[in-house]
Amino acid sequence: MPAPPLDGLRPRLHVVTGKGGTGKTTVATALAVALADEGRRVLLCEVEGRQGVARLLGLDPLPPRETEVAEGVGGGTVVALAVEPRSALMLYLDTFYHLGRAGAALEKVGAVDFITSVAPGLRDILLVGMVYEAVRRGEGGQAGAGGPAAADERGERPAYDAVVLDAPPTGRIGKFLGIGAELSTLAGGGPIAAQASSVAALLRSPATAVHLVSLLEELPVTETLEAAQELAGAGLQLGAVVANRSVPSSPLHGAGDDELARALTGAGLDPAPDVGALRAQGRVRAAEAAEQAAQRRALATAGRPVVDLPRLLGGIDTTRLYRLADTIAAEPALTGSARAPAGPRSTDRPESPASTSGLGSTGGLGSTGATR
Amino acid sequence: MTRSTTGPERPAASASSPGGGAGWALDALLDDPSTTTLVCVGSGGVGKTTTAAAIALRAAERGRGVVVLTVDPSQRLAQALGVAAGQASPQPVPGVDTARGGSLRAAVLDARAVLDGLVDASLAPDRAAALRENPVYASVASSFSGTQEYMAMERVGQLRAQARSSHAPWDLVVVDTPPSRSALDFIDAPARLGRFLDGRFVALLRRGTGKGLAGAVSSRVRGTVISAMDRVLGAHLLADVQELVAGLDVVFGSFQERARATSAALAAPGSAFVVVTAAEDDALAESAFLLDRLAGSELPTAALVVNRAAGVAPALRSLEAERARQVAVALGTRVDDGDEAAADAAVLLEVHADLAQTAAAERSRVERLLSAHVGVDVAMVPVRSGDVHDLVTLREVGADLARTS
Repeated sequence: MPAPPLDGLRPRLHVVTGKGGTGKTTVATALAVALADEGRRVLLCEVEGRQGVARLLGLDPLPPRETEVAEGVGGGTVVALAVEPRSALMLYLDTFYHLGRAGAALEKVGAVDFITSVAPGLRDILLVGMVYEAVRRGEGGQAGAGGPAAADERGERPAYDAVVLDAPPTGRIGKFLGIGAELSTLAGGGPIAAQASSVAALLRSPATAVHLVSLLEELPVTETLEAAQELAGAGLQLGAVVANRSVPSSPLHGAGDDELARALTGAGLDPAPDVGALRAQGRVRAAEAAEQAAQRRALATAGRPVVDLPRLLGGIDTTRLYRLADTIAAEPALTGSARAPAGPRSTDRPESPASTSGLGSTGGLGSTGATR
Repeated sequence: MTRSTTGPERPAASASSPGGGAGWALDALLDDPSTTTLVCVGSGGVGKTTTAAAIALRAAERGRGVVVLTVDPSQRLAQALGVAAGQASPQPVPGVDTARGGSLRAAVLDARAVLDGLVDASLAPDRAAALRENPVYASVASSFSGTQEYMAMERVGQLRAQARSSHAPWDLVVVDTPPSRSALDFIDAPARLGRFLDGRFVALLRRGTGKGLAGAVSSRVRGTVISAMDRVLGAHLLADVQELVAGLDVVFGSFQERARATSAALAAPGSAFVVVTAAEDDALAESAFLLDRLAGSELPTAALVVNRAAGVAPALRSLEAERARQVAVALGTRVDDGDEAAADAAVLLEVHADLAQTAAAERSRVERLLSAHVGVDVAMVPVRSGDVHDLVTLREVGADLARTS
């Protein structure tokens, strides 16, 4: 299959962050599906050990290896990876330092415990490092930490056309993405410093876009604006700001109580429901819509395009997720696409692989990545 | 309340009608003088800080001497509580009703300050200074995300100790926990640190040779580990880490004893955990996990607080979402004829249908969770427009939490 055309400096790594509870995982997963709908091979990484992607797609918990979870209508695929610090460390030692045997020794003396849990800074660099490796990996499975050049530079098709990272929340994202720069300073010239500064360079290049997911409420908006400033100040390129769960505003015409009651009984609700209570609920909704509009204006001051995603009644499920993916596909600020989307409709989409092709069993599909 | 048909059912039934049915007997808990510590846990963005502040305010206004430790309050909530980062001791909260003899103080967790304090208290001045100048220390203290949990645990221990000393004006500590990767990080912090400190790895880093505790590690293994770390980290960073570990070992050695004591106290009568959640799938899944872990660790759960619960006006409970939607659609066909009353009625019915549908979905999710966690009390806090950032609204939230009728 020929590689999809490159759109100039289109981001290869999409980092999705936001205040806790704003819907980061949903947006990250929908973005991955939207990119797969363009025919791309997409890796969706989660690093918080929450198994949010599996829950969202109705799958069993994902193993710490790359597992295909969805197909795009355009022939692309979404491969998910729950990055887990322990296996990341082992892989890291083995791949980059050929220290596979040392891994066992480190495990034996408890160093693995130290690195993966007590020293969260090292843990973060391992997690980001895995993502870095996936971005640079070539189709043939070759990776490099400052060793072999990235797949693009070797003229090889990359293993993944795009990588979407369901990142830690805004409260920690600065530390998380800054860990490369921090360690490269701390480690002053050691090998991990070299690795850390390569990671920092990728994160600060046009190949990376950081998207911020917010709700249209004061607290998340404030936190989003602070994060935007912090990240931009650290030299990271911001993508879109997502205004999640926005509600439509439906203005009233000002009909009186009696007219309303007549209209309701006339339409079959007899006796008419409590008009005062209906109006009270309507006022709360109107106030909410007005507040959201004000918060949307505040979000726009981040200087990035604001993408509205509707509030979904009754929560998210696979069908609704695909509908969100269609909405996202039309948003170049998120997908990074310069072109208008092909416009896949939810109805054309193959059914969830969880229900059709047995991919739902975690052992069903092996690693589509490098077999080392 | 007239809706008592759900009588014989468990608290799940109360969840089915926010504001109706039996919920959490919060007031009895707060009025019991043996209640000394309440810890709010939950995933990010579910309203832990607000819940902690509302519980603390209610307790204070019912006559308790209370201190609330917040982790990352919004600017306006911090303002309302009269707290700012960098304050060494808890400050009185202005505007609290003290007619019943209670009081409320608030503090913000400053992890760096707590760690600095530990270092200064555990080491001789010159060693403390040297440790603080270690380049890795600054990074451990301010940037590495586990530090917050350890230091929150330390701060809780300090506040409890002050309460027992009877000099402090509080006898109830209400705690908000850091926005962790996992809500369990706070609970697990001391054990994790203990595992590390008692582990062979620290011994190996600390000792020049494989003697004593590290004797269990053969010199060959030690050589492999050190050379691997050296290759990965570089000699420079490894030396800094070794030096830091040697210093922090003393600091954390004493911390760990206290953290163990605090952990044990949190499991003892008088302490309880409040699991805070939103009615969304993700947050509920995390809460289910958390309830299991609390039960598994024999830590007492006071209640599950479901924040921002949707609900319809009591007068409209019998109007089902589907029916409202149907009629709205029927009315919609008349809108084209310029029938403004029909248009307005359709809009209001749609709003009602949305609310009823959301409330029903939330209810079934909460009920599903409760069916697997029998005996957990539930408080449903209805959604309110705007953020909670003044005492008036905190009082309302407190009343919602305590609503048992």
